[in-house]
Amino acid sequence: MTLSSLEMGILDILSGDSRIPYAQIAVMLGAEEAAVAAAAAALEEKAVLVGYPALIDWDKTAREQVQAVIEVKVTPQRDMGFDAIAERIYRFEEVKAVYLMSGAYDLMLEVQADSMKRLAGFVAQRLATIEHVLSTATHFVLKKYKLNGLVLEKKPEDERLVVSP
Amino acid sequence: MDYQKLLSRTVQEIPPSGIRKFFDIVSEMKDALSLSVGEPDFTTPWNVCEAAIYSLERGQTHYSSNWGTISLRREIARYLSARYALEYDPEDEIIATVGASEGIDLALRALLNPGDEVLVPDPSFVAYMPCVRLAGGVAVPVKTGAEDGFKITPGQLRAAITPRTKALILPYPNNPTGGVMERADLEAVAAVLRGSGIFVIADEIYSELTYGQGHVSFAAIEGMRERTVLLNGFSKAFAMTGWRMGYLCAPRELAAMACKIHQYTIMCAPMQAQAAAEEALVSGFETGYAQVEGMRRIYDQRRRLLFKGLNDMGLDCFEPLGAFYLFPSIRSTGLPSEVFCEKLLREEKVAIVPGNAFGAAGEGHVRICYAVATEVIVEALKRIDRFIKSLK
Repeated sequence: MTLSSLEMGILDILSGDSRIPYAQIAVMLGAEEAAVAAAAAALEEKAVLVGYPALIDWDKTAREQVQAVIEVKVTPQRDMGFDAIAERIYRFEEVKAVYLMSGAYDLMLEVQADSMKRLAGFVAQRLATIEHVLSTATHFVLKKYKLNGLVLEKKPEDERLVVSP
Repeated sequence: MDYQKLLSRTVQEIPPSGIRKFFDIVSEMKDALSLSVGEPDFTTPWNVCEAAIYSLERGQTHYSSNWGTISLRREIARYLSARYALEYDPEDEIIATVGASEGIDLALRALLNPGDEVLVPDPSFVAYMPCVRLAGGVAVPVKTGAEDGFKITPGQLRAAITPRTKALILPYPNNPTGGVMERADLEAVAAVLRGSGIFVIADEIYSELTYGQGHVSFAAIEGMRERTVLLNGFSKAFAMTGWRMGYLCAPRELAAMACKIHQYTIMCAPMQAQAAAEEALVSGFETGYAQVEGMRRIYDQRRRLLFKGLNDMGLDCFEPLGAFYLFPSIRSTGLPSEVFCEKLLREEKVAIVPGNAFGAAGEGHVRICYAVATEVIVEALKRIDRFIKSLK
């Protein structure tokens, strides 16, 4: 899909901070606010701009949460390849991401649940039992360091001199 | 000891830096929003840092050639050729320096005889005038103004030239004004200098940060290479200020003189910084300078935001097309630059730099740096607006 430089500019800015209002984006890109709003709407329509979720490190909260990365081997289906089986899997709300992979396995899932038991149950009872799923390998996430290009540990400090020539 | 009587008169006569004075004031205010820095907010790309670490691991802890490693100089030559159509021989026309700042000193000392005059745009970077003085020369400020985009015009140049004029410092894109000189502007300067014995010290440290047309190097103007000392470096384009890596390029006769000073005062630029700089150029060349371009695009967005914000609040602001500074006039407030900045700092906790720190002609202006996060710019604009309204 070929996008205009305005559309690419909007995506660049929103990918860094989706709270920036259209009026400010317009100034930053040297465009009209109405044009930015229209372009953003078109990007949503084309499902290029899919959502605006905040990036949260839940590990710093009291909420219990377990995450795993699961490698899945499947049998692709005639005429539909991997798409139909991927859909069967991504419809589960525990599944946060699904990727088709090259290499030793076919699909990689990022799965999240509120306890280890729930997650284990999801894998054993739901995922592994789907027709065409041949095998699964579950890797639990122990700690997250960096997510979507952002380091989670601490807010980086500005170490520059306060005034310099 | 009567230090005043014993220490160098020349050094004592150099006035203290206006930046330093303001630094002391801002340092007291720990939580101020700082738009008063002169360096990128990006940290050095990790591949560049890693090259320095690797060079340590390999035990590269010795001197390099006075000129810098030949591999770095070859990369500099390739970069200048690819980006600015300049041809310098890496063997004896390029010196790796400790920042472009060292280059300023080398160029002046290699060129000046006692009493020689050097034309320095006013306002401009704080080091030129003191360095001219330390090199035994006489700095002659050439006043530039917003009406000419803070450029050096041929008329001003002709008026400032005397039989003692040895060099012109041409620092564009300019700190603190953000002014740039495009090809036609440089051609006009070249026309005045052609046939004269006047050299040009082209400090092009901000060459990668232009937001209109691409940068044109003065050395690329026809016939100007022979009289140009080109200074550039890694601080601004590659976010490497703390590494202190720059370079000086000049015709070999001149470069040999500069290298003589460099070899007796510095020996060579730090080895790890040289390794890092080489990686910055190699990876830049291989990726079409994608990292540089990414930073430039973000600076441009911030520039527009700050420029519009300042104009909306009624400050008379020239639109800068280079570096990462805005230099609005604050004359409409009736306050001198220093008073304006100090009041703004105390009342709204926003740090910016008084224009007169960059020369007498900077009075009535302030320098605002946009190498800060977008949300800092938005907040600073709110506070400056409130401050200006409070003055009315």
